Amino acid sequence: MKRYDAIVIGGGHNGLVTAAYLARAGKSVLVLERRPRVGGAAVTEEIFPGFKFSMFSYVVSLLRPEIIRDLDLPRHGLHILPLESTVTPMENGDYLAGWADHDETRRELYRHSPRDAEAYDEYGRLMHFMAQAVKPILSMVPPDPTSFAPGDLASLWKLGKHFRGLGAERLHALVKLMTMSSADFLDEWFETDVLKATKSASGIIGTFLGPRSPGTAYVLLHHYMGELDGVFRAWGFAKGGTGAVSEAIASAARSFGAEIRCDAGVSKVMLKNGRAVGVALENGDELRASIIVSSLDPRRTFLQLLESDSLPDEFVGDIKRFKFRGSSGKVNLALDALPSFTCMPGIGRQHRGAFSISPSLEYVERAYDDAKYGEFSRRPYMDIVFPSMIDPGMAPPGKHVMSIFVQYAPYNLNGGWTDAQREAFGDAVVNTVESFAPGFTSHILHRQVITPLDIERITGLSEGNIFAGELALHQLFFLRPAPGWAKFATPVRGFYQCGSGTHPGGGIMGASGRLAAMTILKNGA
Amino acid sequence: MSLRTTPFHPRTAPLSEGQAWRRWAGYVVASSYELSHDREYHAIRNSAALFDVSPLYKYLVTGRDARRLLDHMVTRNVAKAKVGQVLYTPWCDNEGKQIDDGTISVLDEQTFRMTSADPTLRWLHLNASGGGLEVQIQDVSDTTAALSLQGPSSREILQIAAEQDLSKLKYFRLTDATIRGIPVTISRTGYTGDLGYEVWVHASHAVPLWDTLIATGTPYGITPAGMLALDVARIEAGLLLIEVDYFSSRHALIEAQKSSPLELGLGWTVATDKERYNGQAALDAERARGPDWQFTGLTVDWDSLEALYADVGLPPRLPSQAWRTSVPIYDRGGRRQIGYATSGGWSPLLKRYMALAHLGSEHAKPGTEVRMEVTVEHRRKQAQAHVTPLPFFNPERKRA
Repeated sequence: MKRYDAIVIGGGHNGLVTAAYLARAGKSVLVLERRPRVGGAAVTEEIFPGFKFSMFSYVVSLLRPEIIRDLDLPRHGLHILPLESTVTPMENGDYLAGWADHDETRRELYRHSPRDAEAYDEYGRLMHFMAQAVKPILSMVPPDPTSFAPGDLASLWKLGKHFRGLGAERLHALVKLMTMSSADFLDEWFETDVLKATKSASGIIGTFLGPRSPGTAYVLLHHYMGELDGVFRAWGFAKGGTGAVSEAIASAARSFGAEIRCDAGVSKVMLKNGRAVGVALENGDELRASIIVSSLDPRRTFLQLLESDSLPDEFVGDIKRFKFRGSSGKVNLALDALPSFTCMPGIGRQHRGAFSISPSLEYVERAYDDAKYGEFSRRPYMDIVFPSMIDPGMAPPGKHVMSIFVQYAPYNLNGGWTDAQREAFGDAVVNTVESFAPGFTSHILHRQVITPLDIERITGLSEGNIFAGELALHQLFFLRPAPGWAKFATPVRGFYQCGSGTHPGGGIMGASGRLAAMTILKNGA
Repeated sequence: MSLRTTPFHPRTAPLSEGQAWRRWAGYVVASSYELSHDREYHAIRNSAALFDVSPLYKYLVTGRDARRLLDHMVTRNVAKAKVGQVLYTPWCDNEGKQIDDGTISVLDEQTFRMTSADPTLRWLHLNASGGGLEVQIQDVSDTTAALSLQGPSSREILQIAAEQDLSKLKYFRLTDATIRGIPVTISRTGYTGDLGYEVWVHASHAVPLWDTLIATGTPYGITPAGMLALDVARIEAGLLLIEVDYFSSRHALIEAQKSSPLELGLGWTVATDKERYNGQAALDAERARGPDWQFTGLTVDWDSLEALYADVGLPPRLPSQAWRTSVPIYDRGGRRQIGYATSGGWSPLLKRYMALAHLGSEHAKPGTEVRMEVTVEHRRKQAQAHVTPLPFFNPERKRA
């Protein structure tokens, strides 16, 4: 029987990145994917004949430039297309728009508030510094702050020096950003409510928090971190949908010699003398490797693939407490015509960017209120894009696909998710869009509603959390997924973790997968 | 008199959001229609971009000896070219130095259309005179309008618009066709290195042709695009540009400004199987001893560039448009200049900072490490780069 240097469990983008880097270093690698296709939550599927959907994750955010470069992803078909504008329809029929052109955006803001238009540039400058301060962390293996190991101390020293170097003013701003709610933080800068609503909405994505919940401000940085990548512009829409990103990484991995097997779900990691030695597949097959890497979320990695007696009790407790709390849903629509929004009638360039349904801070906070008490939002926050306007290949000529990211849809819905509840949720989404774009409903050819339960069922992400574990401050950096075990190794020798549930997690970044591979190689796999 | 507008101007003018126009052969064409050329660029690689390329110089060369004249003038073998074929070719002076480059379309046994970047009427006449050739030369630059439709969806769009079957039209071949009743010539050519076509039409039909292509192409993402987008694509495709990447030997003021096709990476266009042609002896000799220069791609190593910027506390910044200035290239040690880059820019598709450069032949082997001058916060620095074979981007669909 063939014995691999490494087996990677799960063919999501992080698993594939890990596999590609290991194979690139000359290791024999096998990726095992439970579903018939690679990609995990970054998949493109033709749900309705001729209409292709990025089923779950729908934009590429912060895909690490070094990964694009190291794996030569453009050669393997990756083409990231810009997604540059955001239009936020308001309840009074007006709108707030952000365009690719800076002057145009400033003039639009001026229409709402001359003061905010000026504050916007200063805010942008501060956020640039903040992003610059935080960014090195993304490509760093988290040091353990309680450890006296030379590697940890060196990392901590470097980190301390880095933050000291920021100077008082910026350090204070950073602390505020890390502790405040996004609404409070934005209140210090702007008076235009719809501007604050739209900006803070980006801070709640994938969390079970509202714009007024402390700890949501730091996500405001994400957008600016993308800008630090400059021309890399790793922010946008992948030609062919997010599945094309996974396919490109898979193709790169194969070109380095990795083997990828689909329809191959793993049921257990096999141990011998406390060391991982192989995996047992759902079909009963057993495969062996020197290193086993799981890209599944922490709950499934540690509580499902392993017997709990093979792990320290304290660690099992930490993993059991790791919060998922999926709060997002997705509605994918096939349309025979694009919707015309009341605030900006007609079809035009606005359809090539996002529509953010976040007309006011109160609207978004109320959407959260529903979720707090176990209901899906009657009038949810939504991030809408029309991928067929950016890549015409996503739908038949003249037809369109519409992707609606929806929050909040709590995993633990009162009474639980049923087919009827799913449709009721879909209706709430469609009706809310209809209220901003009357007549839109009549253009729907097909509707796919995805609840957090569906996300869990299809992709395996526990509780349907899109980040493989909530991206909340208490679950980041050296705490992701558990104190003492944030460096991709696990308490089981020869068993590693590489998914979004590890540092830094979140979005189609691939950083977790890459750092895991680097760690494994450094440890001498 | 002001600059001329092209026959498509009634349609292109209202599209210009920023009134950004560029001069081209005495005409004005769009630099970009939108405020940024970003989307126009991506259309070339993602769907289909529509360019107005009417300012090209175009000549109709006809008569019994038309083929002989052209064969004598250019470096490609025109004698062997088949009807329906398009040749990309340079042409040289007697010293084998390049005058210009363009295309020759074989419309029928005795009818050829030549395109060029510089006016070529006089050179054609000079070459025709003396030999007693029976040939007519007509400047059709103003009466022939041209559109270039480039990108993965270009075939689908043209196929719907045209009444003829285009599926058999191969790379660098042409065919007569009609588009909604308008007689056109369609050639599978372009300046993007992608799947693409150029549509040649009498100027009087220009506007209805534009309208038809836009109407047909809209569901496929057709996007009018300007020269800024084209400039990025042609660098990715490794296609050189006169007055930017080389100087016409007829304009050069000193010998050093001249280049031969062998030095410009165009060795493949210099036929070895034909009778006498302009520059033959010099080119034969140069081929035998090996050219002194090579025209090649460079990829700037990102980590090196990032480090230069990090030194001054900045994230890396690149010009948002392709540049066309001469930039010194040094050897690995950074001391000795070994050549110069003439075009460069960021490839949004390949996520790479690329440049086209002239390097001394001994430094032009693919993979060779070199250094390129970059200006970081007003100071001259050197970024590490390596020699990359051209083209940077060469999709299968281009020829498929």
